[in-house]
Amino acid sequence: MIELRNICKTFRVAKRNAGFGEALKALFRKEYTYVQALKNVSFSIGDGEMIGYIGPNGAGKSSTIKIMSGILTPDSGECVINGLTPWKNRKEHVRHIGVVFGQRSQLWWDVPVIDSFELIRDIYKVDGARYKRNLDELVAMLDLAEIVRTPARQLSLGQRMRCEIAASLLHDPAILFLDEPTIGLDAVSKIAVRTFIKRINKERKTTVILTTHDMQDIEALTERILLLGRGQILLDGSLSDLKKRISEYKTITLDYISGYFQETEGISLQSKIDGHAVFRIDTKMISVSDAISHLSRSADISDISVVGASAEEMVVSLYEEFKI
Amino acid sequence: MKQYLSLFRIRFTNNLQYRAAAYAGVATQFFWGFMELLLYRAFYRSDSANFPMDFAQLSSYIWLQQAFLTLFMVWYLDSEIMQTITNGNIAYELSRPMDLYSMWFIKNISARLSRAFLRCVPVLLFAAFLPKPYSLSLPHDFPAFALFLITSVLALFTVVSFCMLVYISTFYTMSPIGIRVVASSLMEFLSGAIIPLPFLPDGIRRIVDLTPFASMQNLPLRIYSGNIAGAEMVRGILLQIFWLLTMLLIGRLWMKKTLKKVVIQGG
Repeated sequence: MIELRNICKTFRVAKRNAGFGEALKALFRKEYTYVQALKNVSFSIGDGEMIGYIGPNGAGKSSTIKIMSGILTPDSGECVINGLTPWKNRKEHVRHIGVVFGQRSQLWWDVPVIDSFELIRDIYKVDGARYKRNLDELVAMLDLAEIVRTPARQLSLGQRMRCEIAASLLHDPAILFLDEPTIGLDAVSKIAVRTFIKRINKERKTTVILTTHDMQDIEALTERILLLGRGQILLDGSLSDLKKRISEYKTITLDYISGYFQETEGISLQSKIDGHAVFRIDTKMISVSDAISHLSRSADISDISVVGASAEEMVVSLYEEFKI
Repeated sequence: MKQYLSLFRIRFTNNLQYRAAAYAGVATQFFWGFMELLLYRAFYRSDSANFPMDFAQLSSYIWLQQAFLTLFMVWYLDSEIMQTITNGNIAYELSRPMDLYSMWFIKNISARLSRAFLRCVPVLLFAAFLPKPYSLSLPHDFPAFALFLITSVLALFTVVSFCMLVYISTFYTMSPIGIRVVASSLMEFLSGAIIPLPFLPDGIRRIVDLTPFASMQNLPLRIYSGNIAGAEMVRGILLQIFWLLTMLLIGRLWMKKTLKKVVIQGG
């Protein structure tokens, strides 16, 4: 059970203008601005839930993850995770959580991955039998048999990320924080990671909190999403709720050879480049077939596709709606 | 306890991989030791009675210093630790159910020992077979040898507890370079790495003897050769223990205070 109430955090950021003169001036007097990274963030997450925590860069996602994992102290507000306040009972709290920071590494660079795993075993005091069971399971699920004896520096990004995820699950954490776990991975590795996260959530009942910019991650994994923008929670709901909310819109993409499009009620032109045009259709005002016939009257169309709102577009439209 | 041992082990094996660095280190230490001895020989020739250590003691001092360079040098800071602060990888260290101060302390001890382990044997062996008085002589007597070992361990801890203060300061300065430059000149001088402390003029020496830097290599290396003994030695050891405990305490308190307002750098 995770509960956040009115969490606020402000960072001090050094600022100066470009140029050598300014740099010299900054030696004597530094100017700072204050950035409010989190403003009264509140939410609660039940055991075994899988949460997609989304928002644009700089929204405060990572800060929230850091607060929940006990490594950042907020300015004010409360956070109770399984009865503990992370930054006050850090050592006790982190025993029960696993963290993966997609942009960082917890594996020792120059030694085989298995050595890092064994260190983690000892750090978390995982007993031998449980370690072996977990290791075997993770090695099988993430297909690590070939790579655990290789030094981390010689692994590809996808291989390393699989190892990173395995490393954060060796001690059976109740909660798993994943901060952009699929960043930079190719399609195959992404799918492998997603399938695995899903399985862990289902089989071990691990609570998973996932931040990502990859909407396919969200679509594939999470039931519930929290949208964060400019340090505030803008939306807390299920993906299907969100979809319903925006599903009156369809997107028509078409390639055309010649012609001129006129917008009418319910059809708005989103973009038009070199014989490729994207329209948004408001199905409350115009039916899809009417829209298509209207468009085909105006131009010589060579290709056409109609799609409902994808998660990505929903997020973009939410960003627009909330002006973030 | 087991967690700290594991950490020690992985840091140790991690360092054992850098063999080329160790060979280069051995060569440098030989060369440096020779240069120093030649230099001192020139001075001693003018009038050896004027010097506070006899030449054989000095030779032992220099060879031990070169062999165990990585144990006692203040400037040998763990760049990995400072990088974790400046690039934010400290996030992972803080997500472990361990005390950060102890983790770093162990890592440092381990890194220094593993380097010394690779370097000391060739230097010691070679120095032992040099002609007298340029050679590394046997310890003054058995108690001196035992105390050399004990004070060496304490000196290593003292050095590391001082380095911990440098690491913690990196949270504030974001760059270890400034302190490193000061450390590599002033502190090396004060710890007797450049010239043994007995060579300093009396007034200055009396003050330097009281600083934590005199409790680093100065003490064990002089105990080994019998240059310091009796009441003076006991005072030195007590002072060493005092400084070790003081710096441990300051470091722990400072770390605790710092972690409350730590900012993880970079996203």
